[in-house]
Amino acid sequence: MASGIKDKVAILGMGCSKFGERWDTSPDDLMVEAYIEALDDAGIEPNQLDAAWFSHHIDDIGAGKGGTPMSIALRLPNISVTRVENYCASGSEAFRGAVYAVAAGAADIAIALGMEKLKDTGYGGLPATNYGTFGPQIGPSGSAPGNFAQLASAYRAKHGVSAEDMKRAIAHVSVKSHANGAKNPKAHLQKEVTEEQVLNAPMIAEPLGLFDCCGVSDGAAAAIVTTPEIAKSLGKDNLISVKALQLSVSNGLESHHNTWDGSYFHTVRIAAKKAYAEAGITKPREEVSMMEVHDCFSVTELVTMEDLFISEEGQAVKDVMDGFYDADGPVPCQIDGGLKCFGHPIGASGLRMLYEMYLQLQGRADKRQLKNPSIGLTHNLGGQPANNVCSVAIIGSL
Amino acid sequence: MSEVGISSIVGYIPKLRLLRKSVAESNAWLAPNLMGKGKGTRSMANWDEDSVTMSVEAARRLLGPEDDRSHVDNVFLASTTMPFADRLNSGIVRAALTLEESTQCTDISSTLKCGTTALINAISSVQSGKSDYSLVLSSDKRKSRVGSSQELDFGDASAAIGISNKDIIAKVLATSSVSVDFVDHFRAPNEEFDYNWEERWIRDEGYLKIIPKLINNLLKENDINPSEIKKFILPCIFPRVPQTISKICGIDPENVVDNLALNVGDSGSAHPLLMLTHVLENAEPNEKILVCSFGGGGDAILLETTKLISKFKNEESISVLLDNGIEETNYMKYLTFNDLVKWEKGMRGEIDRKTALTTLYRHNDAIIGLVGGKCSKTGTIQFPASRVSVSPNSPDIDTQEPYKLAEKRANILSWSADYLSFSVNPPNYYGIVSFEEGGRIMMDFTDVGEGEIESGKDVKMVFRIKAIDEARGFTRYFWKAVPI
Repeated sequence: MASGIKDKVAILGMGCSKFGERWDTSPDDLMVEAYIEALDDAGIEPNQLDAAWFSHHIDDIGAGKGGTPMSIALRLPNISVTRVENYCASGSEAFRGAVYAVAAGAADIAIALGMEKLKDTGYGGLPATNYGTFGPQIGPSGSAPGNFAQLASAYRAKHGVSAEDMKRAIAHVSVKSHANGAKNPKAHLQKEVTEEQVLNAPMIAEPLGLFDCCGVSDGAAAAIVTTPEIAKSLGKDNLISVKALQLSVSNGLESHHNTWDGSYFHTVRIAAKKAYAEAGITKPREEVSMMEVHDCFSVTELVTMEDLFISEEGQAVKDVMDGFYDADGPVPCQIDGGLKCFGHPIGASGLRMLYEMYLQLQGRADKRQLKNPSIGLTHNLGGQPANNVCSVAIIGSL
Repeated sequence: MSEVGISSIVGYIPKLRLLRKSVAESNAWLAPNLMGKGKGTRSMANWDEDSVTMSVEAARRLLGPEDDRSHVDNVFLASTTMPFADRLNSGIVRAALTLEESTQCTDISSTLKCGTTALINAISSVQSGKSDYSLVLSSDKRKSRVGSSQELDFGDASAAIGISNKDIIAKVLATSSVSVDFVDHFRAPNEEFDYNWEERWIRDEGYLKIIPKLINNLLKENDINPSEIKKFILPCIFPRVPQTISKICGIDPENVVDNLALNVGDSGSAHPLLMLTHVLENAEPNEKILVCSFGGGGDAILLETTKLISKFKNEESISVLLDNGIEETNYMKYLTFNDLVKWEKGMRGEIDRKTALTTLYRHNDAIIGLVGGKCSKTGTIQFPASRVSVSPNSPDIDTQEPYKLAEKRANILSWSADYLSFSVNPPNYYGIVSFEEGGRIMMDFTDVGEGEIESGKDVKMVFRIKAIDEARGFTRYFWKAVPI
């Protein structure tokens, strides 16, 4: 069995742009903003970078295809730039590429940068895109909320949860994230909301209202990684290392085989199990200090609590309502506001999640700082419940 | 020679029935003369229905749920509103019905009498021994100008008839046709609407002269006394004209069949066949039925019911369809469904819907026929079929056998009502549908009423328009789920 990635790679520095409707900011500007912060944090010069990974999902409204947009925007020293795209989990893929390059010894220092410029579409929400030449001939011309909303109908049917109880639980998820986002100056949405506001918001895709949906934002985030030895040689202490990086990808079972009941993420359970094994975590509900999960929609976060084995199956509604995942709960979730309020520039999101975990682990999260966290988990999901890619990453103090 | 006739017949009327009053009142400022037509309802196809989809639906009801439809030798599809001027429309229907590729398919069009012409062609085919079973389909979804009388007169419907040399419920006694270049209306290529001449002329010089002559010749040639006709079918939007014709021909005016004007409207080429369906669903043995149509001349078909008519029963008879309609009072919805107003589709409606024809052909069985695959090793059923089976822990290669799903029982696993994505009829309902014997599809729902969708609820499959590529004029079809 593979020895895994645990403690082989450390984060040397990270950066993250302000997320939001950055009307006056180009894709290049967003990349530069995250890059400068990451370089400063790492304390290195550009010519010390050996390799780069660039995550970017929707190229036709963003920076275009390939590795050149990042290399040109940052004037990198003609190093390799690999563009990765894996739906909304692209940011985690960039990180995985950089970390593996360092672990393999192919690079001493590598950078992962994710960027998305979503607010050049002319309308709210994610842009409607085609998906090959066959898919659109049979698949619904749906939307992300319509796809994720289906979790609610299947979860309710399986666990006997009433429509009202489900609506209230997912409302609590959003209320919590807004409260957290209000403390984050880089977040897209920085206003608290009440449960009543969430419940009465305009319907987007039943049962998801406007406040059940994450922000559609412009933004970029970056991580510079190296070996713990090099990090130390550069004068770093208080090192944060990678404990686990796992990716599980649907093979069509959920969408083509009747064994999946539609109420959970098959891939999340697989990636989570592997990640805990890689990190040596046996009791996640007790050992994970905090999480940033892929709360593209409130209901996604709710069912994910079970798929990550923090809540027991069928108990997520209760845990959410009990405040288990609130900022003052046992396992704070979305302490930076999450996709919900920090925002969701697709290619950057996986790295943005790691950015918050990194700040928290280093005690640099300002008003949001949690008390002595030691293990941070990020869960980054792309696609839709029936057909997706799921990344689970765990980082912690070395 | 064995007798040739109708072995089965069925009609299809879309669920929605537009309240004529709402149309007439909306247009009263413009066309006060049409207020008198504001009575009853007319059938209104959903936005995703056209003459091809309505034909498929009628044919499925006719042929039943059996996988084996190899007895169908040929298909005659009649419509004046075919979605394609050059693409075999009956070929789309054949693929949707998963009929054999060797099934000869013919499109018959260009006149409102094409439905009866298709019927006569099918009769000739079986009579000549060229086929043992011919499928006749007729369907129309006619477009009319806003504020026109046609808007109130027309309806959308289809009918399917099986013509056979065995197990017939009505035998063919005679057929006759005349072709007359009497232009009561016309529609040039690329024109959306008919151009109509004066109604009084159409009535007096058209119906009242062409049809009696046709009927008299038919009866005379076959030595039939007009008093023997127990049911006289002639679609005509002019009141009392069929009764006048019956008197001219010596047919008892009491035997003129109701033309369903009050609750369906005139469904064009399909209408004589729809009316015939209604008649046969209520007929006794040994009744002589005369079916006529008007358009570019006229057709006449004389039938006589057999003993088997007493056992004939359609689950979804015309009476049931009439009872189960849903009244639509929103005239704007009708206008939008039929693209009669320039409406705001939003930027999400701008997505390019170009269809890769190569892909469509490679996956034709799946897309048009809803044929999936069944693993010969594990029995796992899936859609679409794939070289590597989806069977958990058994990714067998090249084990898939074709497996038809369109007639299989299915239910809803998950769903949502999406107000964000583009839809002609929001909200956009879609979700995962699981087939009871195996296989599942994330698909659109259609004909959904308020509160009709919930996980676990049964659905049936219907063949519908998936999307219309307006830039290129291409209609994309696929299957959708309807809650039952």
